[in-house]
Amino acid sequence: MTTVLQFVVDALTAGSFYALFALGIALIFGIMQLVNFAHGELIMVGAYTIFLTQAWPWQATLLMAVVAVAVMALLMERAAFRPIRGANPATLLITSFAVSFLLQNVAQMIFTTLPKSADVVPLFRSSVTVGGLTVGWLSVVTILATAVLLVALALFMTRTRAGVQMRAAAEDFEMARLCGVRSNRVIASAFAIGGLLAGVGAILLVGQTGGISLGIGLTPVLFGFTAAAIGGLGSLPGAVVGGYVLGVATALLQQLLPYELAGYRDAFLFAGVFALMALRPGGLFRVAALSPRV
Amino acid sequence: MLRVEGLDVQYGRIRAVRDVSLEVSQGEIVGLLGPNGAGKTSTLGAVSGRLPVAGGRVLLEGEQLDGRPAEEIVRRGVSLVPEGRHVFATLTVAENLAIGATVRKDRAQVAEDIERQLERFSVLRRYYRSNAGKLSGGEQQQLVIARALLSRPRLLLLDEPSLGLSPLLVDLVFETIEQLRAEGLTILLVEQNASRTVEVADRCYVLRGGELVAHAPRGDLSPEELGDIYLGAGER
Repeated sequence: MTTVLQFVVDALTAGSFYALFALGIALIFGIMQLVNFAHGELIMVGAYTIFLTQAWPWQATLLMAVVAVAVMALLMERAAFRPIRGANPATLLITSFAVSFLLQNVAQMIFTTLPKSADVVPLFRSSVTVGGLTVGWLSVVTILATAVLLVALALFMTRTRAGVQMRAAAEDFEMARLCGVRSNRVIASAFAIGGLLAGVGAILLVGQTGGISLGIGLTPVLFGFTAAAIGGLGSLPGAVVGGYVLGVATALLQQLLPYELAGYRDAFLFAGVFALMALRPGGLFRVAALSPRV
Repeated sequence: MLRVEGLDVQYGRIRAVRDVSLEVSQGEIVGLLGPNGAGKTSTLGAVSGRLPVAGGRVLLEGEQLDGRPAEEIVRRGVSLVPEGRHVFATLTVAENLAIGATVRKDRAQVAEDIERQLERFSVLRRYYRSNAGKLSGGEQQQLVIARALLSRPRLLLLDEPSLGLSPLLVDLVFETIEQLRAEGLTILLVEQNASRTVEVADRCYVLRGGELVAHAPRGDLSPEELGDIYLGAGER
């Protein structure tokens, strides 16, 4: 029983992480058809913000991290992606690589390549034992924070004018504009929300490892992309489901793989993803309308 | 109300519309006819801001529309019902209608207008909370017309509203167009169904190969003449 519960906690924790990153990526892709590789650098910005503000009260540190990432996401949209909006996906992709390298290099000039450390919230290091099951507080916070964010985002998307406009733009951008949806506003909002999710992700990531490096966002973004692709790139429910599918698969492999193969967990994971994508290239939730962006 | 002067529309090197000039007066229904590839949809695209204007001018009551983005043109009172319907399939009927009213701030009036459209297209009330993707083609066509009307346009651009519909639904579409005229709306109508269009329109322009080849008031184009124009025999 404890093993099963432990598995559920592990799967939910990993799935929550992946869902957070996948959602940010899917949101931007849905609206702009941009695969934003610089999403990882948003996580990096959050992590270094935590490093710089770690002497502050932890609430202020966390708030600052989220705000800094959201602002950076808005800047990224305004400076790099707005001027090339409507360009073909390859141009957008290469621009996102350029932004990614630029931000990494700027961070390297400021912080050098030496890893830093930060102790965000002392509580994150402790754990709670309930009926023989030991769960880290970080897992609890990750699962709960993600659940709250997902519910808040779902409410925003379905109950507010801005949210409904964003969903319409993600489905058919051109038609949304013909209905009067302002493209600049809706795209900037998507970047801000993506930044907010990346900021929370950065907090949880730094809380998990305690380490901050230039490449901190690389692996999470890779998993985020994979989760978003599993769900069907551009589909928001798909990104969440994809995140949790990936989380369950990770936890299952962790439990089932023999000790000598455990180190190759991610290889097995991605082999599974490869097979899934071969069977369903559009992902679990195929996106019906992918229209050109102007 | 609408003046299009010497309009050119290009797709890369291909000129889809060449030197087209037309006018639509307040309260008129003007038909835009022509065979496939004549440049009808491109003309509507240029007026609505969906396509860039390569040459010429588009004026709405003297105000320049060309060069403005689509989301600004709809704010100036031009609403497009595109060919192929383009409902937001993953949004509910209610959300699709709400998106139609994006440009408006008078919430109470919007609620009244939605009610009016639900009375006009009663099938939408039945599926109000369902995803628009689940509606049939005819129901989707009603939804996109209702959605376009919710911006309270001065000029409605209808692109092939009867395409792919059953004869009963084609009747419904043309009855709706007549109703809208009675309500004082100005309409520029692109249709393949030429015989029905000449019945309903006050005037018709005929395009072929991207150029304007004929212009005639109601009753001036017989079915035979229309057939000639479509087949490329009779230029006027």
